[in-house]
Amino acid sequence: MEQADLQRLFDSKIEQEIRIEPKDWMPEAYRKNNLRQISQHAHSEIVGMLPEANWISRAPSLRRKVALLAKVQDEAGHGLYLYSAAETLGTSRDEMLEDLNSGKAKYSSIFNYPTLNWADIGAVGWLVDGAAITNQVALCRTSYGPYARAMVRVCKEESFHQRQGYEIMMSMAFGTPEQKQMAQDALNRWWWPALMMFGPNDSESPHSQQSLNWKIKRVSNDDLRQEFIDKSIPQVEYLGLTLPDPDLKWNEERGHYDFGPIDWEEFYRVISGNGPCNKDRLEARNKAHNDGAWVREAAMAFAEKRQTNVA
Amino acid sequence: MSPNQSFELCLRMGDNALILGQRLAEWCGHGPILEQDIALTNISLDLIGQSRLWLSLAGQIEGQGRDEDKLAFFRDSNEFRHLNLCEQPNGHWGTTLMRQFLFDAFHLPLLEQLCKVEDQQVASIAQKSVKEVRYHLRWSSEWVVRLGAGTDESHEKMQQALLDVWPFAGEAIQPNAFDLELTETCPPYNVQAVNKAWWSSVNEVFNQANLDVPEANWAPQKGREGIHTERLGFILAEMQFLPRAYPDAQW
Repeated sequence: MEQADLQRLFDSKIEQEIRIEPKDWMPEAYRKNNLRQISQHAHSEIVGMLPEANWISRAPSLRRKVALLAKVQDEAGHGLYLYSAAETLGTSRDEMLEDLNSGKAKYSSIFNYPTLNWADIGAVGWLVDGAAITNQVALCRTSYGPYARAMVRVCKEESFHQRQGYEIMMSMAFGTPEQKQMAQDALNRWWWPALMMFGPNDSESPHSQQSLNWKIKRVSNDDLRQEFIDKSIPQVEYLGLTLPDPDLKWNEERGHYDFGPIDWEEFYRVISGNGPCNKDRLEARNKAHNDGAWVREAAMAFAEKRQTNVA
Repeated sequence: MSPNQSFELCLRMGDNALILGQRLAEWCGHGPILEQDIALTNISLDLIGQSRLWLSLAGQIEGQGRDEDKLAFFRDSNEFRHLNLCEQPNGHWGTTLMRQFLFDAFHLPLLEQLCKVEDQQVASIAQKSVKEVRYHLRWSSEWVVRLGAGTDESHEKMQQALLDVWPFAGEAIQPNAFDLELTETCPPYNVQAVNKAWWSSVNEVFNQANLDVPEANWAPQKGREGIHTERLGFILAEMQFLPRAYPDAQW
């Protein structure tokens, strides 16, 4: 088939909501765009394990310890499906990890914030996973098949994590005065970074329009952010906590909450490497990778010896 | 089994699982490859899950209102009854796997025996755990062999790991007074059979892994009597911090 025909076929599939599959022809820019998004998503799952794993050893009950371990393990599992989905676009997991470890590839900036008290584990589950789900439910309809299918599975687990996180917040907010204070402190620190997870305003988002046209992205950053704010506010009220935004108020006319300006300077500062934990996160990833090199080599060497013996 | 005996046994089993599970959880997010990070976390989850069952039963037998969390978070180091092997540091991946193998090779035959004891509550926890631990032993044995017989570097690291961990392994299979008492009063529990099964796994796996088995001149360890190594205090300081700092809180 001629290039123009291939392009027409691709366009008509997008138009008719037919998923693009790994062996289908696709424009190079579409492939790159998906690869960037899926690998960033995979990296976010893996780096995202770190701030939560930070509290496993200090979880305050055995039930909470087991739940948190299982949750962080789920994130590793999400990383696995996503790396597999990204590999269908022609880049190996090793190459993607190299880009993560060298700092070339990005991951969600939210994981550059620290988890400072136990309520942070609640807030991360509730708000960070909550914001991620808002985004990922939309991605279940994304045009690239392997990504869409990975998202269906990821969303099921993430919504469980979100309930678990909110349940931690409930025990804290309805607990002793010290616990309530921890819950408020966690909410104060996580609220704005959670809103930044949806990315820059639509007018400033460099990849957005093309991604929407290709149906990689299904809903705009600002619409998703608004949806998240609208559904979170009643949850905050139920907990009896307050949000660190004096401009927050219901707008009858719009049918949405109005909210104050987001500090985009902070957002770009953290993305460009100057967040509170960027250095720690990358160091931890590099250390795990480098310390594990001899293990991976030995496992390969052993597998080869086995194969030679069988042959 | 008398209530005192089953209480003591539950603490031993629960503390082994809890302290080793706590150690393994330190790896979560830091493993050498994603699949193995997940696998090791699974073992940690199994062990902490088992510890909840054993400690809950211990509290129930004791009848003083202590539940799994009271026992996990409000005992001091001299009240813990696990093997000192379980609290040793993770070291590198090979050290962790070596410690795991030496523990699993003991844990499995022990649980197999407990599956058959008359005490139904003990037997039922053992029956649930044995399925998990059978897999743990398979997995850790495979890794010891893979790394022992992998590259020159991995072989050297595993031989060193074995030397490092070995001094703590003897406690698992050297009977103390309680083991001898149980062997006498609670058949089919038999401490010698655990010892025999352990040696059989150790010889087979180290043979396949090309590792030299060190001499069995073990330094005395008394973790089971509550005398631990300096490591435990730090594990507890971290693990118990929140419930002790806020004793009135529900989490």
